[in-house]
Amino acid sequence: MSTPVAAGTLSASSPAASRAWARWRRRRVAALAESTPATIGIAIVLAWAVLALVAPLIAPYPPNANDMAALAHPTPSKAHWLGTDHLGRDLLSRILWGARPVLVIAPLAVLGAAALGSLLGLAAGYYGRWIDLVITRACDIVLSFPVIILYMIILAHFGSSAWNIVGVLTLTKAPIIARIVRGMTLDLREREYVAAAKMRGESALYIMLVEILPNARGPLVVDMCLRTGYNVIIIGALGFLGIGLPPPDPDWGGMVKDTYGMMMVWPHMALFPCAAISSLVVGFNLLAVGLRELGLRD
Amino acid sequence: MTDGPLLDVRDLRIAYTTRAGEALVVPGVSFGLNAGEALGLVGESGCGKSTVALSIVRYLGRAGRIAGGSIRFEGRELTTLDEAGLRAIRGRRIAMVYQDPMASLNPVMTVGRQLVEAPMTHEGVSASAARARALAMLAEVKLADPEAVMDRYPHQLSGGQQQRIVIAMALITGPALLIMDEPTTGLDVTVEAAVLDLVRELRSRHRSAILFISHNLGSVVRVCDRVAVMYRGELVEEGPVRRIFTSPRHPYTRGLLDCLPTLGSDKRQAPLVPIAGQVESSLARPQGCGFAGRCAHVEVGRCTARPIPSAVVVGEPDHRVACVRADELPRWSRRSGADAAHEAGGPGEPMVAVQHLTKIYEPRRRWLRGPRSPVRAVRDVELAAARGRTLAIVGESGCGKSTVAKVLSGLEVATAGTVVLDGVEVGALAVDARAAALKRKLQMVFQNPDSTLNPSHTVGYAIGRALRRLQGRAPADPAAGVARLLEVVKLSPALAARKPRHLSGGEKQRAAIARALAGDPDVIVADEPVSALDVSVQAAIVNLLTEIQAARGATLVFISHDLAIVRYLADTVAVMYLGTVAELGPVERVFAPPYHPYTEALLSAVPVPDPDHAGARILLEGRVPRADEIPRGCPFATRCPRRVGPVCDETPPPVQQFGDHRIACHIPGDELSRLQTPLVQPRAVGR
Repeated sequence: MSTPVAAGTLSASSPAASRAWARWRRRRVAALAESTPATIGIAIVLAWAVLALVAPLIAPYPPNANDMAALAHPTPSKAHWLGTDHLGRDLLSRILWGARPVLVIAPLAVLGAAALGSLLGLAAGYYGRWIDLVITRACDIVLSFPVIILYMIILAHFGSSAWNIVGVLTLTKAPIIARIVRGMTLDLREREYVAAAKMRGESALYIMLVEILPNARGPLVVDMCLRTGYNVIIIGALGFLGIGLPPPDPDWGGMVKDTYGMMMVWPHMALFPCAAISSLVVGFNLLAVGLRELGLRD
Repeated sequence: MTDGPLLDVRDLRIAYTTRAGEALVVPGVSFGLNAGEALGLVGESGCGKSTVALSIVRYLGRAGRIAGGSIRFEGRELTTLDEAGLRAIRGRRIAMVYQDPMASLNPVMTVGRQLVEAPMTHEGVSASAARARALAMLAEVKLADPEAVMDRYPHQLSGGQQQRIVIAMALITGPALLIMDEPTTGLDVTVEAAVLDLVRELRSRHRSAILFISHNLGSVVRVCDRVAVMYRGELVEEGPVRRIFTSPRHPYTRGLLDCLPTLGSDKRQAPLVPIAGQVESSLARPQGCGFAGRCAHVEVGRCTARPIPSAVVVGEPDHRVACVRADELPRWSRRSGADAAHEAGGPGEPMVAVQHLTKIYEPRRRWLRGPRSPVRAVRDVELAAARGRTLAIVGESGCGKSTVAKVLSGLEVATAGTVVLDGVEVGALAVDARAAALKRKLQMVFQNPDSTLNPSHTVGYAIGRALRRLQGRAPADPAAGVARLLEVVKLSPALAARKPRHLSGGEKQRAAIARALAGDPDVIVADEPVSALDVSVQAAIVNLLTEIQAARGATLVFISHDLAIVRYLADTVAVMYLGTVAELGPVERVFAPPYHPYTEALLSAVPVPDPDHAGARILLEGRVPRADEIPRGCPFATRCPRRVGPVCDETPPPVQQFGDHRIACHIPGDELSRLQTPLVQPRAVGR
């Protein structure tokens, strides 16, 4: 996160710096490979990302096409590897297509929360006094709400669309990020390099964004990974409650909601989408664990 | 006990596993230690001192292992001893004292419980017997009121008290060997002196042998009988204290002695000679002498072809040195102050003038609880620094010297009083409120090399940004400006592309100085800029600062607790105690009688790397009062060894003026002169 800032002045001008930057990237990748959880996590998340990307090419059927012939025998078969759902739609195709909205909404909401939360946390930690008080209390209030009820109220009111889901997730996750960033800012603002920046007359915004934030990136990135996983769960839960993405386009949570009534007869209809959700969440969690391990080692 | 030395280390080899494979970091070290003897292990950081010490109790961690040789302790071989055997020895026969007492003490247990733990577990003593022993031990380490101390938690004690407790814990089982790893680093000079005296006294009483690791040659002299000098994992010289300090043979030992500032010399008489280069890695080892790369006497071929054996110095059977040229090198003599008349040359016009400066920190009111008392960090301070000169502010931690620096730099604003910077009143101006020209005029160099540079930014970015901001416009060629500044501080321009974590402590501090110089400041405020560095690096940085100052005619405000460095580079000295100036004057007058009693105590506590130095020691009793319990009269009255009576407690001391020398004390100056002996003898020339 910081390197573009630092490299901005140098890498463009000097080939030595750009070589150093390339070396740094190689080392980082090599370092990630050293942690087993990180390696597995990256593999899972990358696999899902690739599958989602090429879903239109590899999905055997259109996601909403009904195969009336399969209705009698919806279980996995040669024609439908994972079987079909109660409307005869191919489960494999729907799961592949269903990965697309999740993998856009969850990270996007985390990025939004990180941006908003970082700004709030930086301001609270750096300025202190009443600004800190107002921001911290406001965050506490948001955090003290039962989130599912909050989602229901907001989405019922504004209607459920991808953008609205990104919006609510951003708003409800930002306070958590703000807390983390505030805590780190309280420590980092006492560093001597911050005093040096003040002494050359830097603005508060510069100090917060360029001097403090880059040094908070380690724990922040770990938390963003974890939170992406949680967002996948929440998106699933919203779909299950029927306030997720509007039908008929596939949505993992919605797929479970539509079919769990047939759990006793045809469990695969609900279980496969559930497995998809869990595997993606586990992938993000392992990535976070791996990153934390690597961060601790530095 | 068997005959022979208590501890006998023979050809000890230690290897570390790194990503690149296994590296022999200690290629073969041999030394012995007799019962009751004290051996000092000295060298710069990264020379393997601690590695050797830790290997004795086999605390090497996962990456390190003993690759060969033997360690015999009380006749038993430690390198092959099993875990149970080691446990019986650790803590009971061999005890350790580390640098940071807070890290050795458990913060959630009272001191008493921690003290009785060792006798109860190792010796199965009953709780009451253990408690009695703990009390006796606390009295022995000279802690007042042992009963009360037993019930305290570590954080309720001062650093010096904590270190005494750690020493008491180490000695309570009556170990035969005490390993002390930099036990006084980080303590204030007066506290350090007291702890060293205590160690020496306990040693004679307990007959414990001591392995004393330090980078400070001055403290080694006070405690040890013999000294071993380490460089790059090898013992380069070993001998009795007196021999090592009066006729060192190895160029590295000589280098360590030459880079120490001493109380008797200043920058005009005897410049410090830093050791060239920096400590080289122990991981990659050259064919021949490890020090060859930094040695001024190196002879390619003889020195670099094969490993250098350690040999007895001719005529000195107890003195060994690992240098092929040891017999050819010229005799070493201590840097001596030539009698060059000190060119003081008038007081000069003031660049910084501080009058009646007071800084009070108002603690935040806590809701529903009473207000806390304000902290008066600095009270009625008066100082001046002349253009192009160096003002040093000395004192122990908490005396307010850093607060003065912060007010000068605008990081804090004065509560009362005036601070005039080149004719402009800035006391009430926070740095944000200062005009650009004022910001450019005064820049700061900070203490901690690890936090002075932003770890996320390259050195080039940090300096380039400072250039842009302080010169008020984008420089035509920023890279050239950065390179020029790096050259001024004697760093390679290639470092511009590096992040701080790839730099050594000295390099970071140089880069920070370059950053401060970006706006070509008239005043440089340096807050303990060298106290976190090794002695050899210290010398180089101090030289750099004086050089830059001379070249640019800048005023230097140098804040330090190290009187030897202050003596070396200051023109004017202010001695601060508890937020007030106790003594102020030209350096040669402050370092000669009459002294303020506090200055006298500080000076007598300075560890002097000279075995012949027999300064009378003045030990300060008690502790520095907290800033919220400042005495009504003289702030120093509670600890003053020359306290005259109730007047000291009741009335603030008058400031006595002797020309440009001021002392705040109730005792008249001529009486002080009569009572006091000079603590700093100008050294004889050419000994």
